[in-house]
Amino acid sequence: MNNVLETRSIDKYFRKPVDFHVLKDISFSVKEGEFVSIMGKSGSGKSTLLYILSTMDTDYEGKLYLNNELVTGKSHKLLSQIRNEHIGFVFQFHYLLSEFSVLENVMLPAKKLGAKSFLDIQKDAMDKLEMLNIGHLATKRASRISGGEKQRVAIARALINNPTILMGDEPTGNLDSFNAENVFQIFKRLKEEQGLSLLVVTHDHDFAKRTDRIIEMEDGRIIK
Amino acid sequence: MTNWKVILNIAKTHLLTKMKSTVTASLGVTFGIGAYITLVSFMTGLNTMLDDLILNQTPHIHLYNEIEPSEKQPVALYEELEGAFNVVHNIKPKLSQRKIHNAVPILHYLKKEKNVKGATPQLRAQIFYLSGSIELGGNLIGVDIMEEARLSNIQDYIVQGSPEALQNMENGILLGAGLAKIMSLSVGDRVQISTIRGDIFPLKIVGFYQSGIADIDNIQSYANLATVQRITGEAENYITDINVKLFNIQEAVPMSKRLEKLFKIKATDINAANAQFETGSDIRNLITYAVSITLLIVAGFGIYNILNMLIYEKMNDIAILKATGFSGKDVQLIFMSQAMIIGFVGGILGLVIGFALSNFIDQLPFDTEALPTITTFPVNFKVHYYVIGISFALLSTFIAGYLPSNKAKRIDPVKIIRGT
Repeated sequence: MNNVLETRSIDKYFRKPVDFHVLKDISFSVKEGEFVSIMGKSGSGKSTLLYILSTMDTDYEGKLYLNNELVTGKSHKLLSQIRNEHIGFVFQFHYLLSEFSVLENVMLPAKKLGAKSFLDIQKDAMDKLEMLNIGHLATKRASRISGGEKQRVAIARALINNPTILMGDEPTGNLDSFNAENVFQIFKRLKEEQGLSLLVVTHDHDFAKRTDRIIEMEDGRIIK
Repeated sequence: MTNWKVILNIAKTHLLTKMKSTVTASLGVTFGIGAYITLVSFMTGLNTMLDDLILNQTPHIHLYNEIEPSEKQPVALYEELEGAFNVVHNIKPKLSQRKIHNAVPILHYLKKEKNVKGATPQLRAQIFYLSGSIELGGNLIGVDIMEEARLSNIQDYIVQGSPEALQNMENGILLGAGLAKIMSLSVGDRVQISTIRGDIFPLKIVGFYQSGIADIDNIQSYANLATVQRITGEAENYITDINVKLFNIQEAVPMSKRLEKLFKIKATDINAANAQFETGSDIRNLITYAVSITLLIVAGFGIYNILNMLIYEKMNDIAILKATGFSGKDVQLIFMSQAMIIGFVGGILGLVIGFALSNFIDQLPFDTEALPTITTFPVNFKVHYYVIGISFALLSTFIAGYLPSNKAKRIDPVKIIRGT
């Protein structure tokens, strides 16, 4: 199967407040349709790694491939286009634009991409919301819905451009067990029904052990 | 690729949800532009009026014979004393006639010049106005009144009567308004004048002349040229002054020099005569612009502050936008367009308020002895001040928006999302 994401000996240093080698020689890959979780203690560098993989952090050494294409060294403008088109992102805190309605939040990345007409985008966004059982929230303001609902809206937004890979930075970390389970089921369904690749950083053992593969990190290295 | 629709939509949502700040920022611009328009309209209106007050009564070129000492004293012509060091004490002005030599041919010459809008002959005579046993010294100016009316706006200063009335009445006089007050005369009355030689003539008052300058109105009157020639006992070609109006005022300086040489006559141009008024106008304009720019800078700081605060508030939104594929430039454009919308709306509103205020000032009664034809405050409604106003607004909001939006552009989303 194809490698959706691949890293070759990535190193990263924090310069401030003191020189610190955060990531040491990280090489791994994620295959198409694979559900991978990254685990490790705080400070092991797992979030740092995720932000490099998401192309938002460009200050590293080594090489990053997305869909077998070298991403390292591209301009910020191109990188934001890649993020827009190929990467869906779900954060620990829900991070919706609070002044916009749920539907507008979901539509925003697709509008930025501009590949479809407004009506098509609206239909897509409604489909994603329906799929996550939150279609009835579409017209509500993003600030007026519960935490579990927000996280599902964030997932819908991450999916709107049919990305190659979905990344999550502790997507269940801020949710109660019921909602956490709900989010896990959604991820699982996306992988099984749509063959989506997923890469999730988590603290949650129960969550991680049900994924296809666990990458364990310690002191900036992959140990397993 | 910039998707303006999305960017403007986000900018609009930000502005509408922060209505209070938006209104405050826009009002800053509105007041700045409104004050600028009002000030500049009023100030330039006043400037034009004050300039007109003096300049309209001043010909572009004034030709006359000046009584002055000869430049070459006779001793310099004496060959035997050539090269010697001659000292002449008690130099006296040269005796010459007051009239312009060959005035009629000069007039014909001037009227044929293509630069010249018109040339009018004048005869200035020293006279006394008689009121009972009291003699008031003064001037009587003989003019071709219809030509004067065409070339200068003398009719604006005729507060009663008309130029035609003088034209039609051979023994008519346009009496200075100050004189009329002193002697308690009204239109239709007769006034007696006496020449320096003592001849007395009755003239009929056909109107009053009020220049707004008391020193002139208290001594000066107008009559027909032929009448004054007859009173002073001079011939029909006796003319002491020629006033020239040009199509282009810039020509005044070179032309006056040329005429001076050509006719061996004294010629003063308007620029030399009125340099001080230019200075006054310039300084008033300077004050107007200084005040307006200060107001706009203050408004600019307001916008800068509000956008800065907005950007701090929207850190999370900016991070999210960047994470979901908006580039730094897109984010900058979102905040820039907010600044420009504030500037545009505030600016347009400012123009409207400025127009309303200057209109209001234009209606205010302004009665002054000095300015007979003015009944309300003078206001200038030139379009180009409005163009400058809106450009000012857009420029200042552009600068005020650029700095914070540039900061937004460079925000590192990773730092925000990780909370460090």
